[in-house]
Amino acid sequence: MEFLQPATWREALEAKSAHHEAVPIFGGTDVMVEMNFDRRRPGYVLDLTRVPEIQVWERENGKFRVGAGVTYTRIITDLKNELPALAMASRTVGSPQIRNRGTVGGNLGTSSPAGDALPPLYASDAEVELASVEGIRRVPVGEFVTGPKRNVLRREELIWGFIIPEAEGPQQYAKIGTRNAMVIAVCSFGLALHPARRKVGTCIGSAAPTPVRAKEAEEFIEGVLAEGDLWETRGAISEAALRRFGEMVEMSARPISDVRGTAEYRRRAVGVLARRTLSWAWAEYRDGR
Amino acid sequence: MTRAETIPTTPTRERPETPVSTPGRVGESTTRADGVPKVTGEFEYSSDLWMDGMLYGATLRSPHPHANIWSVDTSEAEAVPGIFAVLTHEDVPGRKVCGMEVPDQPVLAWERVRYQGEPIALVAADHPETARRALEKISVEYEVLDPITDAEEAMREDTPKLHLSGNLLRHIHVVHGDVDTAEADVVVEGEYEVGMQDQAFLGPESGLAVPDGRGGVDLYISTQWLHIDRDQVAESLGLEPDQVRLHLSGVGGAFGGREDLSMQIHSCLLALHTGRPVKMMYNREESFYGHVHRHPARMRYEHGATRDGKLVYIKARLVFDGGAYASSSNAVCLNAGTFACGPYDVPNALVDSYMLYTNNPPCGAMRGFGAVQVCFAHEAQMDKLAKALGMDPVELRIKNAIKPGDRFPFGQEVPPPAPVAELLERLKAMPMPEEEDITGRDLRRLPGGVSNVTHGEGVRRGVGYAVGYKNVGFSAGFDDYSTAKVTLSVEGGEPLVRVHTAAAEVGQGIVTLEAQIARTELGVNKIAVLPADTSIDSAGSTSASRQSYVTGAAVKAACEAVREKVFARVREEFGEDPDGLSIEDGNVVAEGHGIVVPLAELLDGEEIGELVKYRHKPTYPLDENGQGDAHVQFAFAAQRAIVEVDEELGLVRVVEVATTQDVGKAMNPQALEGQIEGGIAQGLGLALLEEIQVKEGRIQNASFTDYLLPTILDMPPVKMEILELADPDAPYGLKGVGEPPTIASTPAIVAALRDATGRELNRVPVKPEHIVGISGPTGQPPQPGSRGPAAERA
Ligand SMILES: Cc1cc2nc3c(=O)[nH]c(=O)nc-3n(C[C@H](O)[C@H](O)[C@H](O)COP(=O)(O)OP(=O)(O)OC[C@H]3O[C@@H](n4cnc5c(N)ncnc54)[C@H](O)[C@@H]3O)c2cc1C
Repeated sequence: MEFLQPATWREALEAKSAHHEAVPIFGGTDVMVEMNFDRRRPGYVLDLTRVPEIQVWERENGKFRVGAGVTYTRIITDLKNELPALAMASRTVGSPQIRNRGTVGGNLGTSSPAGDALPPLYASDAEVELASVEGIRRVPVGEFVTGPKRNVLRREELIWGFIIPEAEGPQQYAKIGTRNAMVIAVCSFGLALHPARRKVGTCIGSAAPTPVRAKEAEEFIEGVLAEGDLWETRGAISEAALRRFGEMVEMSARPISDVRGTAEYRRRAVGVLARRTLSWAWAEYRDGR
Repeated sequence: MTRAETIPTTPTRERPETPVSTPGRVGESTTRADGVPKVTGEFEYSSDLWMDGMLYGATLRSPHPHANIWSVDTSEAEAVPGIFAVLTHEDVPGRKVCGMEVPDQPVLAWERVRYQGEPIALVAADHPETARRALEKISVEYEVLDPITDAEEAMREDTPKLHLSGNLLRHIHVVHGDVDTAEADVVVEGEYEVGMQDQAFLGPESGLAVPDGRGGVDLYISTQWLHIDRDQVAESLGLEPDQVRLHLSGVGGAFGGREDLSMQIHSCLLALHTGRPVKMMYNREESFYGHVHRHPARMRYEHGATRDGKLVYIKARLVFDGGAYASSSNAVCLNAGTFACGPYDVPNALVDSYMLYTNNPPCGAMRGFGAVQVCFAHEAQMDKLAKALGMDPVELRIKNAIKPGDRFPFGQEVPPPAPVAELLERLKAMPMPEEEDITGRDLRRLPGGVSNVTHGEGVRRGVGYAVGYKNVGFSAGFDDYSTAKVTLSVEGGEPLVRVHTAAAEVGQGIVTLEAQIARTELGVNKIAVLPADTSIDSAGSTSASRQSYVTGAAVKAACEAVREKVFARVREEFGEDPDGLSIEDGNVVAEGHGIVVPLAELLDGEEIGELVKYRHKPTYPLDENGQGDAHVQFAFAAQRAIVEVDEELGLVRVVEVATTQDVGKAMNPQALEGQIEGGIAQGLGLALLEEIQVKEGRIQNASFTDYLLPTILDMPPVKMEILELADPDAPYGLKGVGEPPTIASTPAIVAALRDATGRELNRVPVKPEHIVGISGPTGQPPQPGSRGPAAERA
């Protein structure tokens, strides 16, 4: 196995272009597990931890451009007010050690339906920035992930990072795990209110082959909010509407049964999470936050 | 293959150093000698063993739970560069089977495999990766057979037999009084199930075998019982026991899972075959296949009582899945049969405890050993009965609590102390934790923790009680002895006591305790506890909560023998009456007139050493009606759990566990607390999280990603009240303490969940599905070919 250690982003892209089969590694919290279990025996490993360019985040026209190498710990400390749902999701990832090493870039690279960073990206319409020596392209996150552990990354490309609008309203992320910490999501739910656009973004995690937005539920609740003039009046959402919202989210889930939980439980639980997270986010909105 | 020319005799990376613990006598909390190195990562576990020129061994395991083996072709593997040996059953020179109670398990399988993960062949290579890859080149021709995966099915007459002796491995039938004529006003029935828990010790199976160049072998190993390993290794290698020397290496936890052999014979076979030191080390996944687990159980109970709450009879039918091989299933079956009714005075009982062979993973010893499963059931029954009677569940237990002089259903008289009622009364009187406002709480103090699933919605509180008990020491006629050698000498002008036993330190603190005992008995501050090995006779197993009792007694007796010799010498030389003598701070002191002589002077360069074998009171096998004085000591613990449950999501936070336990004597209070908290954590794991999920004989979750152990966030604070009621037969009056905390915590937590939710919850671990009332173990099965979300990530 050869270990490639580029010192710049340019060198990294060149290395990837020279060795398509090279497996990028940042935190290694997915890659090393695979290698230790002997599920993967790459000929080349491309270490990106020496590349400074992807370890930064910056503002770009009201959006955040966050490098693939920004760890969960940094997202929690640096961006908790700007990207609350992503910070909340980051807090649920693994243990302190994993959060110190693991990255959203790696979570995107793995593209697991249980990846905790993904639902907040979906709910806020984030884009993934991909790069090769040829140039860069930006892909909406929902188009980036195509299936369980599958994505549109080309063999000559690397993930630079992602672009996500700064939160313009309350956001939430909630995750079910049978254990109270250090657990892979049985299912999860991300929610973002976009008061300026009068929109509600959602995403179900770990209850379908990819993270999925609950489009019908979004439209339903947007309708409820518009009809009742609730964005303006900051009035309460009725209990019935919250319930209906939860049920519609349930219907968007396509869960399976496995060692972590049954399909029926997953479906029911995402409904509960949807109802609760909406009620929390709306309560914050009503408080003027 | 050429033999290595020079064979170093000990590994270059030494076993843990002789621990020197801080001064402390019996009854004091002392600092563990291995504490700091363990926390800082410097402690040397058996997986750290290393030696120049060593090879790495690896094991080929059956992918099938049940299959005939038509052929094993190793030629391709042998041709791999870097491979030094490829061995099959044909290379086992001695007895081709092993087993602690029944030698029914092939060292390496031939003709048939009976569980997924059964070892078939071994390789040794100069690199672990080479070894692993060579395994892939061994081709085994299997005829896959239908696995028998259900214990009830295994019991049926028309089910094919997995062993010549049949599928019924053991049946314990306990008849006490007459259940048929017993008349009860109130009857409750229930069916309970316990899933397969794993010991999940953190240090996987590992060891280093070093050939001695004269046909024998030294094995550096983490185990619970050096001598039973030694005997089995010697048998299978066709060697005399003294040609096989075992040395205890750093053990990373055990909990019963290291009582059976894993790689002991395998590494020695490879070492003797290649003439090179051979190290073997399982990874986490292999570890799940490399040791036995806690027996899953299905239990049917019927309790009858009078209207005012006196138990009239108990009927219990217990079915345990022993898996493919016997391990310690015989003894587990006996334990379950004898403890099935709980620590209650019941005039009539009929208990049938069955242990079956199946093609599931073999099960054996785990902390609580048969008492855990039945306690979950009998305590659920007591709650059910209390409900049916409209009685307080603790009152009902107190009313029926067994006491000294009563008879257990297996006929043995209850020896004192047996303070079951007192434990319950004190537990009930312990203050409840203050109820914290549900709103505005830190997420870590809510069900789901940092996962942010509730801010108080759906959360209900519940309280549950349970009491459990079990035997300390080996039972039913087993010759359960320990051996200790204690030597008093003078080194550098200072008296020093060396304590040597073969007792395995697996984290519980026996090495600290041995030093405390020597310090107490011999009045000498400097104590060296020598590494455990087989150069001394057996100490018995570090299991059954027995080591403090049995090895503690052996060390105490050896110290007393040394002390007597010291006093005899003092009488000879100074004419002092030994009755008034004691040893304090290294000086022989006579009552009333101070120092007679310093030990350093008395010994004058000589050593006084005494070797003692200690045996506790004999025990006896059960007769055909399950009657007999089977056990030597009984340990009791009661617990109260307080839980908060999110009713809509089924997630749980255990708020607090309170416990009362009779320990006879708190030998080392801090170590005792550690045992109690650790035991509760393991019981909590069984209540809520820990299960090896087995489907058609195959393990579905052989990793710590999906076999979930409690984290610090899952573990509540523990309140404890310790009773020290001396057992007149035990050294210092002590009782074994390792297991009782694990027994009562599972039923107490589940009782609290029932209290909070009103649900039946008759199976552990309780899953969120069950709390929210989605029945059935699985909803819809995974679609073939569709790799589901969570399954994607291991
Ligand atoms: C104990 C433990 C607990 C965990 N808990 C959680 C959890 O709670 N929630 C969760 O979502 N995940 C969890 N994970 C999984 C893992 O930590 C996350 O997926 C993490 O985001 C991976 O980030 P990383 O930087 O370590 O990725 P790496 O392991 O370095 O890489 C992951 C994948 O992304 C690719 N990759 C990395 N960087 C790039 C790049 N710049 N361009 C292209 N491809 C790239 C790699 O080739 C690889 O395929 C856990 C893992 C462990 C070991």
